[in-house]
Amino acid sequence: MGENYRFIGKSAPRRDATEIVTGTVQYLDDLKFQNLLYGKVLRSPYAHANIKRIDKSKAEALPGVRAVVAWEDIPDWRGGTPRNVRVLDKKVRFVGDAVALVAATTERIAEEALRLIDVEYEVLPAVFDIDSALKPDAPLLYEEFKSNIVPGGTPIYGPNCLQGVVHGDVDQGFSEADVITEGTFGCENIPNALPAESIGAVAIFEPPDRVTIYGTSQAPYMDKVTLFHVFNRQFEIRSIGHHVGGGFGTKFTCWQVQAYAIILARATGQPVKIVFTKEEHMAAFTLRIGSRMHAKVGMKKDGTITAIQGTWYVDTGCNSFTTQCQVAVGSGELMIMAQCPNWDFKNIIVATNRNASGATRGFGGQELKCSFIPLLSLAMAKAGLDPLEVLKKNFVKPGGGYYWRDGEWYNYRGIDFTNAMDKGAELFGWKDKWEGWLTPTSVKGTKRRGIGFGIHGNADVGEDVAEAYVQLGYNGTATIFLCVSEHGTGQKSNYPRFAAEVLQILPERISMSPADTLVTPFEFGPVGSRGTYSIASAVINAAEDARRQLLEMAAAKLGEDPKNLDTVDGVIFVKGRPDKGIKWRMMGNDKTILGYGRFEPDFTMCNCVMSFVEVEVDSETGKVDLIRVVNASDVGQIINPVGLDGQLCGCWGSAGIDSAIFEESIIDRRTGHMVNANLIDYKWRTFSELPVVENAVLETPFPSHRFHAIGIGEITTASGPSATLMAVSNAVGAWLYQYPATPDRVLEAFSRRAAL
Amino acid sequence: MAAIKSVTLKINGQIHELDIGSKVGQIDPADTLIHTLRETLGLTGTKASCGNGACGICTVIMDSKAVPSCKILTIECDGKEITTIEGLRNLKTGTLHPLQQAFVDFTAFQCGFCTPGMIMTAKALLDENPHPSEEEIKDALSGNFCRCVSHYQVLKAVLSVAEKGR
Ligand code: FES
Ligand code: FES
Repeated sequence: MGENYRFIGKSAPRRDATEIVTGTVQYLDDLKFQNLLYGKVLRSPYAHANIKRIDKSKAEALPGVRAVVAWEDIPDWRGGTPRNVRVLDKKVRFVGDAVALVAATTERIAEEALRLIDVEYEVLPAVFDIDSALKPDAPLLYEEFKSNIVPGGTPIYGPNCLQGVVHGDVDQGFSEADVITEGTFGCENIPNALPAESIGAVAIFEPPDRVTIYGTSQAPYMDKVTLFHVFNRQFEIRSIGHHVGGGFGTKFTCWQVQAYAIILARATGQPVKIVFTKEEHMAAFTLRIGSRMHAKVGMKKDGTITAIQGTWYVDTGCNSFTTQCQVAVGSGELMIMAQCPNWDFKNIIVATNRNASGATRGFGGQELKCSFIPLLSLAMAKAGLDPLEVLKKNFVKPGGGYYWRDGEWYNYRGIDFTNAMDKGAELFGWKDKWEGWLTPTSVKGTKRRGIGFGIHGNADVGEDVAEAYVQLGYNGTATIFLCVSEHGTGQKSNYPRFAAEVLQILPERISMSPADTLVTPFEFGPVGSRGTYSIASAVINAAEDARRQLLEMAAAKLGEDPKNLDTVDGVIFVKGRPDKGIKWRMMGNDKTILGYGRFEPDFTMCNCVMSFVEVEVDSETGKVDLIRVVNASDVGQIINPVGLDGQLCGCWGSAGIDSAIFEESIIDRRTGHMVNANLIDYKWRTFSELPVVENAVLETPFPSHRFHAIGIGEITTASGPSATLMAVSNAVGAWLYQYPATPDRVLEAFSRRAAL
Repeated sequence: MAAIKSVTLKINGQIHELDIGSKVGQIDPADTLIHTLRETLGLTGTKASCGNGACGICTVIMDSKAVPSCKILTIECDGKEITTIEGLRNLKTGTLHPLQQAFVDFTAFQCGFCTPGMIMTAKALLDENPHPSEEEIKDALSGNFCRCVSHYQVLKAVLSVAEKGR
């Protein structure tokens, strides 16, 4: 049990609940603008081609068309990491790449105009996977990236950005091992986190250099920063956020659609809106990175991991803003999960002719672990060890440490998650169910059940700078100025509770500013797992700063030492004498008390989530049913029990567990077309097939901020996929290495088992 | 069939007579119902997502049935009675519909983008069958996409209304 606070830890309705259930809450596409034009993107039908010629004249002549823009009409504006991706280029690199932009008075006219643009392409050979991209004679996506290898490291993470893990002495480590396993494993099905709301932007351009951007972004302040650089620091950007219909990390990287809207607004002098169709969202927006590793692991008989050596191949698609970040964070996350003294673990980032990659929850670590745990499973099976015991033993504990994204070593000062693992195991009944590797827990006719375990931890709970202001109102109210969009986690309802707890006024008396960079200080955005530690710390610090100023002002009036004063419900009093108080009103309506709070990054703690998964496999049809999931965690302090429950129940959606069963983006390897870019062909779980989900959550105080909480939401999907593949292998009685475990792969595994 | 010149819709109890044509405020024969609701009439409570009848997010109630408004042409709706999410709350008293209140009480949403469609689908079910079983509720909602996985809370919310007065 956590502390008994007045507001924190109590269930309360979301602040936006009434707006959501009445349909009055506004997402991007619901906003109204005067003289709005509609933008559309002409997309390449080829995976790789040079644009020889574009004839825009017919499109431009269509009544209602206000602008048609191609690469030759704009300066050399670029994004991505490294910053080599032109907003519009004379070369296209995947089916769906942007060729030209149109703005028109209606969507229908804009669509018609797209059909009137005449493009002559010189089609080039393309590469759709890591192997073909790395062949010596492979066609190059970018002349500057020889062998299609994209440089590692990102300036965002500093000059020593983590580009792999080299530590200790692997030869020594392998010589101490009792079992060694080696192989190639991957997670290359690029499932789509697929928020319900599509991607879009509205841009307003005021000459000569003022841009206002409304986006579907989770991180409006970072849009300002990113776009500023994309447009060569020529434009002054104001970014405004509002409700977001789900993000799951993906809506951190919306710079391309925002850039298109800005270019069209500048070309027309009118506001321009672009909202991607679901097909564009799925086939032309960013996806998860593809991940494959060839590696070797050494382990002692007692489950101690002694050495990890290998190469992680990362398929980044045709470009990315964040892949180098995912490589850095993913590598650190592997260290958190596998506290091994000896490492030689490198990586190669490979460009291929498919969609760009972008941020997605799990952020490198989920993809890497989906590849690593199958390798480790072989070692655990060889040594006859229970995966729960091995993963429990090797997860970071106080006294342990890891390299993090900036290349620095961090000594871990968080809590020990062992109790939470035991609690989860008990709720799931792991000890009674576990029968050993490749052994089902039960067999009834064609129905075979199996179980699996997975774990994930992430030290970016304390990543990046957060800033907030808290302004006090003389009537016992407060306003938080914070650049955060509500994207479903409920954090915009939680932050007022943190401030309320510090100021001891009701959360209802606290307002939140809009997420508007003109009004708020810097804030990186509710991405990664940073909402509860980083962002809340800034709010707490700002509230404390405001409270200090308030008490100092009252102290002068009362002739008291501010240290002796306290405030509750808008009244300031000498401690122990609440009856003799003065109201906040003493500050007068002509005085502003504005507290400022800042959080500096801290990578010395991580969160952790564990998945216990039970599946049922049909040996006749190969179908996998997800029966039951137990999620376990220790979150330090629960902020809002209902919100936490919702996040944990999300374990199978948005590219979580289901990416091990049926979710995948399927690209036709001959043409590069994505064949399931719609919500009929892309499979998703319905109400008819809901698994049982139970959650075991402990509250052991973290040395984070004064409320001792640590975030969890991001990672609730991260530990499930590998646990699920493990469970399917155990149910079948033969190893499955590929995600997802579709019926054909399951049946193939059954036939391998029969052949033994 | 003679070409019709206008379409009359009864939306949330209000009659709208809309001319057919391509001017602002008119109904183009290619307009979908969701386009008319959101763009022509400004009723943006109904959200758009997949655009091909797969996700249930754009669900409205037409002549007592839950339908995907993205797959229906407005010119086919002449004389129809339509209820959207805006039509559920009692506008005079401000009281929420019991389903809306249950969604608030159970926090049966995360991002909320699927919520209007969920509520409209559940309402059509309860109008027809006031006390459905959990299985019947799951069945009715099986065409509604929710990526945040609010399914468990949605079920609790709908069940709580379904159980009232049983
Ligand atoms: S938007 Fe109509 S069913 Fe998906
Ligand atoms: S609550 Fe986000 S899609 Fe359902």
